[in-house]
Amino acid sequence: MTVSTPTPRPARWRTSLNRQRISGLLWQLLVVGIAIAAVAWLWSNALHNLSVRRISTGFAFLGREAGMPIADSWLAYSPKDPYARAFLVGIVNTLRVAVIGIVLATILGTLVGIARLSSNWLLSRLSAVYVEILRDIPLLLQLLFWYVLMQGLPAVRAAFRPIDGVYLSNRGLVLPSIPIGEANLWVIGAAVLGLIALYFIRRRLIAQQMADGRTRYAWPYALALLVALPAALTWILGASWTVTIPELRGFNFVGGLTLAPEYFALLIALVTYTSAFIAEIVRSGIQAVDKGQWDAAKALGLRRSFILRHIVLPQALRVIIPPMTSQYLNLTKNSSLAVAVGYQDIVSIANTTLNQTGQAIEAIALIMLVFLTISLGISLFMNWYNARIALVER
Amino acid sequence: MTSMTSAPENPVLSPRLRYRRSRVGRAIGWLRANLFPSITSSIISLLLIAVLGKALISLVQWGYVNAIWMLSGDQTGPCRAIRGIGACWAVIPEKYRFILFGTYPFNEQWRPALATLTFIALFYLSTRRSLWGRKLIAIWIGALVLIGVLMWGGIFDLTYVSQDRWGGLPVTLILATFGLAFGFPLGILVALGRRSKLPAIRSLCVLYVELIRGAPLISLLFMASVMFPLFMPDGVNIDKLLRAQIAFVLYAGAYLAEVIRGGLQAVPRGQYDAADALGLSYWKKNALIILPQAISHVIPPLVNTFIAFFKDTSLVLIIGIFDLLTTAKTSIIDPAWQSFSVEVYIFVSLIYFAFCFAMSRYSRQLEAQSRPS
Repeated sequence: MTVSTPTPRPARWRTSLNRQRISGLLWQLLVVGIAIAAVAWLWSNALHNLSVRRISTGFAFLGREAGMPIADSWLAYSPKDPYARAFLVGIVNTLRVAVIGIVLATILGTLVGIARLSSNWLLSRLSAVYVEILRDIPLLLQLLFWYVLMQGLPAVRAAFRPIDGVYLSNRGLVLPSIPIGEANLWVIGAAVLGLIALYFIRRRLIAQQMADGRTRYAWPYALALLVALPAALTWILGASWTVTIPELRGFNFVGGLTLAPEYFALLIALVTYTSAFIAEIVRSGIQAVDKGQWDAAKALGLRRSFILRHIVLPQALRVIIPPMTSQYLNLTKNSSLAVAVGYQDIVSIANTTLNQTGQAIEAIALIMLVFLTISLGISLFMNWYNARIALVER
Repeated sequence: MTSMTSAPENPVLSPRLRYRRSRVGRAIGWLRANLFPSITSSIISLLLIAVLGKALISLVQWGYVNAIWMLSGDQTGPCRAIRGIGACWAVIPEKYRFILFGTYPFNEQWRPALATLTFIALFYLSTRRSLWGRKLIAIWIGALVLIGVLMWGGIFDLTYVSQDRWGGLPVTLILATFGLAFGFPLGILVALGRRSKLPAIRSLCVLYVELIRGAPLISLLFMASVMFPLFMPDGVNIDKLLRAQIAFVLYAGAYLAEVIRGGLQAVPRGQYDAADALGLSYWKKNALIILPQAISHVIPPLVNTFIAFFKDTSLVLIIGIFDLLTTAKTSIIDPAWQSFSVEVYIFVSLIYFAFCFAMSRYSRQLEAQSRPS
């Protein structure tokens, strides 16, 4: 077969390339021009409307007194504090529900996802029903439902007491707690540092073991860093770790940790709803692991739970992590539904600010900023984690 | 048993085989294989049966045995007496017209009912593969016009009903359907833009998608209800429902764009080259060659996005638009019925569930079809 040599036609080729380039340039100019014109038009309208309504633009309002009561806050706050402080409280409230929600939803979702694949018919059917029901009803409806149930609970004096020291009433959930003082924080900080140090020590030990084949144990280090060090610090600083049990005095509880009904309803709704999606992700992740892995592990005589934990789940994680990241982002964004039950998260506080001051653009810009930052943080963390567990191919 | 001599039963075989002979035996075999295969599994089964049995019994007692189904007149006394012990389903016949159709004129409520049925027929026809293509677009345009005529009226002897009086299920369906109908083409354009070689267009599309997906939907709805009037010139006043609808179109556009982009990435490079070799223009290449393949790759995730979007329309509750959830919440403000919100929420949940469940079943069916056998 003869290879036909293409006759070079450089002139024609160049013009057509130029034509493509020019049309591309024109398209871009057109689209960008329209976008800029639209934004400029909207902006000039906004400036005009704001001046008519005598609303000054800018973030100066953040320094003014908020005058907004916030019922449920972990930070010290009074209505006399400025708006900036109120926003900070809102951010902490959002993080408080999002972080705890993500941890609980992951645990619950993983359990349900594994139960879905159980050989026990009842267990697997039950988790299928759980997933199907929770996924197909709007989260807001579920949230309102939980909140109504919460309000229908008995009053404080007749509170449910499933275990000693745990009370469930229409004032929320009251749990035993340990009062955290400054000394306690030092001890906790030392334990966290110890944990990080332990991680690196363990890695080093494994590397050494890989090099010379001699078994090395990490547990003496763990004992020293996680038990002895905090214990010594506790003794030196005189930190107290006594658990206070809530007590009913008069019309309310004294001591213990109270989860307000709004917070509790929001947490339950977010955790159960998201766990249904996580369960599906975990299930499909486990099913994505090659069946041969199960067979090979069984042939080695390993137990089912051991195979699941040490062979299947680590491989499934690689499939699970990317969709899991988007579920975490969803949970964080969905926490803004708090406004429907009156839990004061960042969106709720921004909304109140907006109604009080009329600073609509600034308030919404702040919401966007907070959520984009949180989203970016979650994405970065999950990408780092994903890269860490990724299959290292030789 | 004669077969015993030819094939002696293997004692090691699973219990399933040994009990195969009679129906009772089969049932016992099934139970042993599926509920009591090992000690751990048996303990789990027994625990579940105990918990589930207890929960089911109290649910049946509350929802059926002790429940009140009808009340005479406006007297809710009997219902109050059984609060916490039995359900008061009587709230549903009392309030269902308001929950389903809101404040739409009572005598004209056959119109939103017909509009709802049109929506359901439209969804059903959309699942027929044989109609996909031009036919389906024509059906959609026809159905949406019909729904507009039914809801607004003003022609064919129908009295005009303004948007302020619409409510309930039709509003939920309108927000979802129109949001998708306009969000879908927008999503296609943005997905193409995000894969375009032109840097300015690409970065605009990325900015749009990331901004919308990065912030919660509520902030977008606040923007639509509070900020939108600020951005309009004097005298221009757009209806609240329409503003929310615009927000939903923008929201759907961003999420659908990401799904469609996934489909575009799955189209092999050779298809682009082949289309270029035929001398097709950019738009023809995408409309005739690339997009049909890209979209058929991502139909299951598209349906999942539709489900999520349908549920998300309930968020308009927060900006006070009368969709199904808002009418449900409003119907129990009435002091006489105030304490029976659980019953109303269950009723509304069933409606949402029916729609979403049908869609998720359909998505699963599509997934099963697309899987290579």
